[in-house]
Amino acid sequence: MIMNAIFNISPAIAEKIRGLSGTDAALSRRAFLKTTAAGAGVFAMSVSLTSKSFAQEQLVHIDADAGNAFNLYLSIAEDGKVTIVAMSPEIGQGARTAMPAIVADELDCDWDQVEFVQAFPDPRLGSQSVGGSSAIRDNYDGLRMAGASARLMLERAAAAVWGVDASECKADLHKIVHAGSGRVLGYGELAKAAALLPVPDEGEVRLKDKSEFRYIGGELAPIDLSDIVHGQAVYGIDVMVPGMKYASIERPPVVGGRAKSWNGDAARAVQGVLWVGEIGDFQFPASYQALGGIAVVAENSWAAIKARGLLEIDWEAGPNGGHNSEAYRAELEASAAAPGKVVRKRGDVHAALAAADQHLSAKYYAPYNAHASMEPPVAVADVRDGEAEIWTPNQNPVTPHRTIAAVLGLELDKVIVHTPLAGGGFGRKGKPDVAVEAALVSKEIGMPVQVAWTREDDIRHCYFHSVSAQHMEAGLDKDGKVTAWLHRSAFPPIGATFDPNSKGPEGGELDLGATDLPYDIENIQVEACEASTHTRIGWYRSVYNIFHGFAVNSFMDELAHAAGRDPGEYLLELIGGPRHIDFSLDAAKYGNYGESIEKFPTDTGRMANCVRTVMEKSGWGKSLPKGQGMGIAFHRSFLTDVAAVVHVAVDDDGTIRVPTIHYAIDCGRVVNTERVRAQFEGGAIMGLSTAMVSNITFEDGAVVQSNFHDYEVLRIDQSPEVYVHIVDSDAPPTGVGEPPVPPIAPALANAIFAATGKRLRDMPFGASI
Amino acid sequence: MIKLSVNGVGYSFDGDEDMPLLWYLRDVAGMKGTKFGCGAAQCGACTVHQDGMAIRSCVTPMAALDGAEITTIEGIGSGHMDGMHPLQKAWVEYKVPQCGYCQAGQIMQAASLLADSPNPSDEDIDGAMWGNICRCGTYPRIKAAIKSVAGQSSEGGE
Repeated sequence: MIMNAIFNISPAIAEKIRGLSGTDAALSRRAFLKTTAAGAGVFAMSVSLTSKSFAQEQLVHIDADAGNAFNLYLSIAEDGKVTIVAMSPEIGQGARTAMPAIVADELDCDWDQVEFVQAFPDPRLGSQSVGGSSAIRDNYDGLRMAGASARLMLERAAAAVWGVDASECKADLHKIVHAGSGRVLGYGELAKAAALLPVPDEGEVRLKDKSEFRYIGGELAPIDLSDIVHGQAVYGIDVMVPGMKYASIERPPVVGGRAKSWNGDAARAVQGVLWVGEIGDFQFPASYQALGGIAVVAENSWAAIKARGLLEIDWEAGPNGGHNSEAYRAELEASAAAPGKVVRKRGDVHAALAAADQHLSAKYYAPYNAHASMEPPVAVADVRDGEAEIWTPNQNPVTPHRTIAAVLGLELDKVIVHTPLAGGGFGRKGKPDVAVEAALVSKEIGMPVQVAWTREDDIRHCYFHSVSAQHMEAGLDKDGKVTAWLHRSAFPPIGATFDPNSKGPEGGELDLGATDLPYDIENIQVEACEASTHTRIGWYRSVYNIFHGFAVNSFMDELAHAAGRDPGEYLLELIGGPRHIDFSLDAAKYGNYGESIEKFPTDTGRMANCVRTVMEKSGWGKSLPKGQGMGIAFHRSFLTDVAAVVHVAVDDDGTIRVPTIHYAIDCGRVVNTERVRAQFEGGAIMGLSTAMVSNITFEDGAVVQSNFHDYEVLRIDQSPEVYVHIVDSDAPPTGVGEPPVPPIAPALANAIFAATGKRLRDMPFGASI
Repeated sequence: MIKLSVNGVGYSFDGDEDMPLLWYLRDVAGMKGTKFGCGAAQCGACTVHQDGMAIRSCVTPMAALDGAEITTIEGIGSGHMDGMHPLQKAWVEYKVPQCGYCQAGQIMQAASLLADSPNPSDEDIDGAMWGNICRCGTYPRIKAAIKSVAGQSSEGGE
C-alpha cells in the first residue's frame, strides 16, 4: 500500500524526493528499525492482522488506506488528520494519552487533529507493557524518535517542493514554514510526499529542546474522557461480537482442586442455558492456566449466573487444602526470625549489633490483598476453524497473544488479540487466565463467548498480592546513630506461580524495597527467608515494595523515637549526603528494575530533596491538637523517589481520619503533569485501603472473603485531600503508577504513633484503633 | 410482559423476570454504559435512576419495574445544554476519571443527590456517595466536581 502511493504524486515531485537523500533507503530504514522497532516498509504487515472484521474502529491498527504511514506509530492523511498508535493498553493511568502525546510533541502537530488507534500485540513496537511502571520509562526515547523522524521527513518534503535546503524549513504546529520566504505547507499537503522519503538515520534527527515542548510536561486531558462521562467508552466487558454467548464458571475453591463429581441438570433447565460442561485440565504450576471447574454458557449473563448457582459439585481440594492463614502466619514469622539467604552484606552486622548501645528489633506483618479492579477479569473469545480472535482488557497484549496461541496449539499469526479499555488493572490484568477460559469454552461450543468474572470470582481466585513477615533488627550507638541494620523478609513469591519448586523469594525479589535500602549505615544485612506457596501470587500495584516499605519506614520511625530524634530529621540523616549507591559493593546482585545504573542511578541527593520538600510543604513539625499527628516515609520504587507525610486525626472513639497527605516526588521528566498528580491521588487512596481495611485470608485452602462487604476498600468518607509536589527534573522519565503506594502505610502508622503512642505493626490496621 | 421506559424510549420484556435490570440493559437492550461491579449492591457501579431516584440495577429485578421510567448514563444529559448534565461537564473539567469504569455510577448517584439536595454539605456528599466505590481513588475529584455543580440553578429536568 505504501508502494502504491508513490504513483499518486506528480512525477516531478517524486523525482525530487527520490533524489533528495544521499543515504540508502533500505539501510536507513534498518537503522530506524533498530532504534524504534518501526518502519514504513513493514507497516503493511500489521494491517493484515485486521483481516477479521471488528466494528470498533478504535481497536484497529492504522488503516493504511486512510493516511500515509510514516512508521509504525503514525500516519498523516491528506486532510491533515494525524493518526497515532496507542501502543500500550489503557488501565487508568493515562498511557493511552501520554504515549501518543510524546509522538505528537516531537511531530509538532496539533493535538486537536490527532486520532488514536489501539495497537495489536506487535513486538516491533517495543515493550507494550503497562506493568512495572515502565510504559513511559521504556518508550520515551523511542516515541520521541518516531515523532521527530516524521517531523524531519515533512521538513525535507517541503524543502523538495520548494527547491530549497531542508535546513531552511521548520515545523511549526502542523505546518512547515520556509524561513526565508515565509511560505507555508500544511502537514496534510505534504503527507504523501513525506511518507515516501527514506526514514532518516537516528543521527540525522534532532530531538526538541525542552523549551520547545508543546505537550510534554503539560496538562492533557485523557483522550477517552468524554466517552467515559457519556457512558460510551468501550471496556472489555462491553465488547459484543455477533453471535456472542455468555459464560459463567464455578471454579475449584482451592487452587489445584477439581470436581470429584458434578450434576448440571438443574442448571441446564434454566431458560436460555445452552451448554454446561467441565473445562480445563489444571496442572501445577498455575502460570496462566484456567483453574478448571464447570462452565455454564447461556444467551445472557443473568441466565449463566443463575444457572451456575444451581450446579451441584463435590470438590476435591487437592494439595493446598490445608492452607490456613493463622497457621501460615506463624510459619512465615518463624522463617523470618531465623537466618535466611544473604542478598546484601555490608560490614559485619552481627558484631555491630552485639556492640550497640541499644539493640532494637521489631516484626511486621502484611496480609494477602486482591486487586479488585472495578471491572472484573473478562474476555471474549472466538475460536473456530483453526483461528482465534480474543478481546480482553490487558496490561500487555503480547501476553494473551502468546498464551492463547500456546494453549490452543496455534501459530501466533492465527491468533488476534484486541485491547479494549480496562476498568482498572493494578497488576491483575497482566494475567490472561480469563482469556484462556474464554478460548477453551469457545473452542468447545464453536461460538464466540464472553467469560466475565463475578466479584466473588475476582476476590476468591485472584493472583494475590503476597502475604509477608518482616523481621528487623538495628543497633544504635550512644548518640542514637544507627550502626547496624538487619532485614529479613519471608513471603510466597510470584515466581512460585510459575515454578513448582520455588522455596520462597529469590534474591531479586528483595530488590523491591529491601536490598535497595538507601540508608548510609556501616553494617547492613538483608536476607531472603523461605516460604511455602499455596495459592496464585501475582503483581499488585508496587508489589513487594508495599511490605518492604512498611517495615523499613516503620522501623526507621521506631529507631528515631528510640534515639529521641525527630523522624524527619532522622530520615534525612539516614539517607545521608548526596551520592550514587552501588549495591554491588555490598555483594548484592541488584537489578535496578532492569535498567542501567548509569541512566537511572540511586541518587541520595534527589531522595533527600524529596524528603526536605515534603517536610516543608506539609508543615512538618508544627504543633497539632491532641489526638493528631504526622508521619513521614520515603520509598524509592520503580526508580521513582517518593516522600510522603500523612496527617492523621484519631478520634476519642479510636476512629482513624486522614485529613491530608502530602507527597514530594521525583520521577524525572514529567510527560503529563495532570495525570501524574492523578496517579498519586489515587495511589494514596489505594495505599490507605491496603494499610487500613483490605485483607484476604484463607481457611482450608479457600479464600474467606467474597465481595466488597468483607473485602473492604476505601470509600469516599475516608478519603483524604492529597497534595502532590513534583520536583522539576530533566532526568530520564520514570513511572508513576506504582510508586505512590508504598510510603502510605508506614507514614500512616508513624502518624498514628505520633498521635497516640500506639505502634501498629500488622496490616491492615483497621478503620479504628 | 414488563413494560418500561429507558431514557424516554419504551421497551417491553417477556423473559425471566428475575433478571436484574443491569443485565437487561447490558445484554438485552445493548446499553453498555451501566456497569457491573459487584452484583450485590456493594459498589454502586450499576447505579441508574428509577423515576428520578438512584437505584442499584444489579439487584433490581425486572419484575419490579413494570411501568418504571429508567434513566441511565446514556440519557442523563438529555434536556440539558449541550446534551450534558452539569455533573458530566464538571467531571470533564476536573478530569475526574482514571480508568473511568465506575464513573457512570458515580455521576448517576451524584445527580440523584443534587436533585434531592442542591447544596449538599461535605457530610451529605459522603453519605450519598459512600456506596460508590472507586478503586482508582478519584474520590477527592468526585467531591470537588460535585461541589462545583452544587448551587447551580437547574438547567432542566432529566
